[in-house]
Amino acid sequence: MTAFQNIIDFLSLKEANVRYVVLGTILLSVASSVIGCFALLRKRALIVDSISHSILPGVCIGFMVSGTKDPFFLLAGAMLTGWLSIYFIDIITRYSKIKADTAIGLNLSVFFAVGILLLTVIQNSGNPNQSGLSDFLFGKAATMVLADLYVFGGMALFVISGVALFYKQFVLLSFDLHFAKTIGLNIKFYEFILSILTVMAVAIGIQTVGVVLMAAMLITPAATARYWTDNLRKMLVIAAVIGALSGIVGAFISYSYENMPTGPWIVIVFSLIAMLSMIFSPKKGIVAKWMRQRRNAHKMMEDNILKAFYHLGEKEGDFFKKRTVEDLMGLRKFERNKLLNGLKWLSAENTIVHINNTYVLSKRGKATGARIVKIHRLWELYLKKYLRVADDHVHDDAETIEHIITPELEIQLEKLLDYPTEDQHNQKIPYSK
Amino acid sequence: MDLVIIITACLVAVTSSIIGCFLILRKMAMVGDAISHSVLPGIVIAFMLGGTLGSWYLLLGAAAFGILTTFLIEFFNKRGGMQHDATIGVVFTSLFALGIILVTVYARDVDIDQDCVLYGELDHVAFEEGKNIFGLLIPYTILRLSVMLLCVLALVVFGYRGLFLTTFDPAYAATIGISVMAWHYILMAAVSLSTVLSFGSVGAILVVAFLITPPATAYLLSDKLKQMILLSLVFGVSGSVVGYYFAAAIDGATSAAIASVLGAQFIVVFAFKAVQKKYFSAPNIPVV
Repeated sequence: MTAFQNIIDFLSLKEANVRYVVLGTILLSVASSVIGCFALLRKRALIVDSISHSILPGVCIGFMVSGTKDPFFLLAGAMLTGWLSIYFIDIITRYSKIKADTAIGLNLSVFFAVGILLLTVIQNSGNPNQSGLSDFLFGKAATMVLADLYVFGGMALFVISGVALFYKQFVLLSFDLHFAKTIGLNIKFYEFILSILTVMAVAIGIQTVGVVLMAAMLITPAATARYWTDNLRKMLVIAAVIGALSGIVGAFISYSYENMPTGPWIVIVFSLIAMLSMIFSPKKGIVAKWMRQRRNAHKMMEDNILKAFYHLGEKEGDFFKKRTVEDLMGLRKFERNKLLNGLKWLSAENTIVHINNTYVLSKRGKATGARIVKIHRLWELYLKKYLRVADDHVHDDAETIEHIITPELEIQLEKLLDYPTEDQHNQKIPYSK
Repeated sequence: MDLVIIITACLVAVTSSIIGCFLILRKMAMVGDAISHSVLPGIVIAFMLGGTLGSWYLLLGAAAFGILTTFLIEFFNKRGGMQHDATIGVVFTSLFALGIILVTVYARDVDIDQDCVLYGELDHVAFEEGKNIFGLLIPYTILRLSVMLLCVLALVVFGYRGLFLTTFDPAYAATIGISVMAWHYILMAAVSLSTVLSFGSVGAILVVAFLITPPATAYLLSDKLKQMILLSLVFGVSGSVVGYYFAAAIDGATSAAIASVLGAQFIVVFAFKAVQKKYFSAPNIPVV
């Protein structure tokens, strides 16, 4: 009951404080999801992790310099060290034999260590202002007040409009660096802008999820959006929506439970959406892929059975003779169970007729079988004539392609070879009349 | 008292450095990072089942989550079709988030807190109970870490050929019948176990600095695996000693100070190599 009441209270946005928190969280989540798409596409997902860990010492330095938790100082420090970590990774990979992943791991852990060291030094110093500084570790969205909203929300809007403004350039950076160079785009400059926006998004985002899990805030929505679209604009929108939704859930939890850190919950929501997308998305999902594979296997089995019927008919001069399972297995190495299944499917489609453990090809079945045999033989001829493949190598390839060739390609193939009547083994090529 | 803490830190550094050398040579530094984060839920669950640091539950829980992480990264990438670097980020953040939530929810029942997760409690070793061996009272943490170190040493000494070949030439290793997969998972298990055993002392995140930094510094200086391992041990141990006194001097967390010193060592060596390359390397004489 109380939980329910909580949700109602929260969603009605009655309290001004809740409104700030919700609005702020949405803005921050959208900014980081959008930036994350570019990071993901540019294969920089783990650099983001390094940036977010590196922000901790910056926050501590900002605090030590100013002696307060003034967001301007904290953010300035955060951006400085966050950006330094990108710079260091670049320097290390460029001037030594150390690989990118080692450079990232090294930067991430050492910067974080320095951050923790400074944090503990501050804690032990007894400065009364320091309480709450450790919220930057795992985030606490509910602490956002109006002043924070102006600063963080403003910066989030800045990041989002930056992306909108330089959208074209960022697209080029992400997809076609060579083309960008050719048309004289100042790559260094735009990479710098993008890195500044990325650091900014990370620096403000730690308010909600904290430094340790910030990487998820950028990477996970982007990786999830990839399952739903191949279009960058759509990807940005989907990532932003996922980001905003999870942000609200996180803010709600932070609002309802006193000591519950926000970050982990947001990340859990993200991850659940990501996993569901990975499994169920209609094109790239695991289920969809599995069903496609099954359908293909299904079709190939049917094709092979009809082909076997056709071959038997060709050999004996009677296409519509009754055949047993053994007849078919004598011609081609079928697995018995799979063959029986295939025969069942074909009978259901009326391509063959099932009579007392024997099977007879229907007219339609014969036509389909003939088409596959035709494509097989045409393809063998094609390989031989145009690609000069040896006779004993053409069969296996044709065995695969016969299931794939579309009617359009079939017509082209016929024309190209000028309707040959026999293949290289003097077997007749069956054309449909 | 000081000595106990320094010995503990050195044990963590030495064990991690040895494993880390293989990790970075296999370009798996970030997988190591992911594992060190993802063992957290395993640790918390083991604690909830009534374990303490060093109980069998804990080792099993951590090893299970370590292997699970490796498996999930592979699965998301190969089956799920997710970009490889993104899978690492997605997997470790979700498992770590799960761990943090468990820590927060069961904080009262479980003897670990967020600070412990972040930087461990190295200084607590000094107050720990211990076992009396030859008249010396040796804290349990040190005993456990020593056993782990012996296991890692045994692995490297007796499995050197397998580790070496699967690291540098997996195709050749497979040809002569060495299981690349098996060594992969053995190494991942070693990473998980050493993370867990170091967890109480240096925390889940800083252990990454111990894993990666000394080997990376050593890698700058050497092209030979054995030499690299030995150098990384030197850096690990010296960093631990210097870091301990550094922490005492500025009143900060010991483990974080050590990791910072390890980072400083890297910067110094990196700068040294850069200067050496610029001013002291043989000039490029064009081959006629």
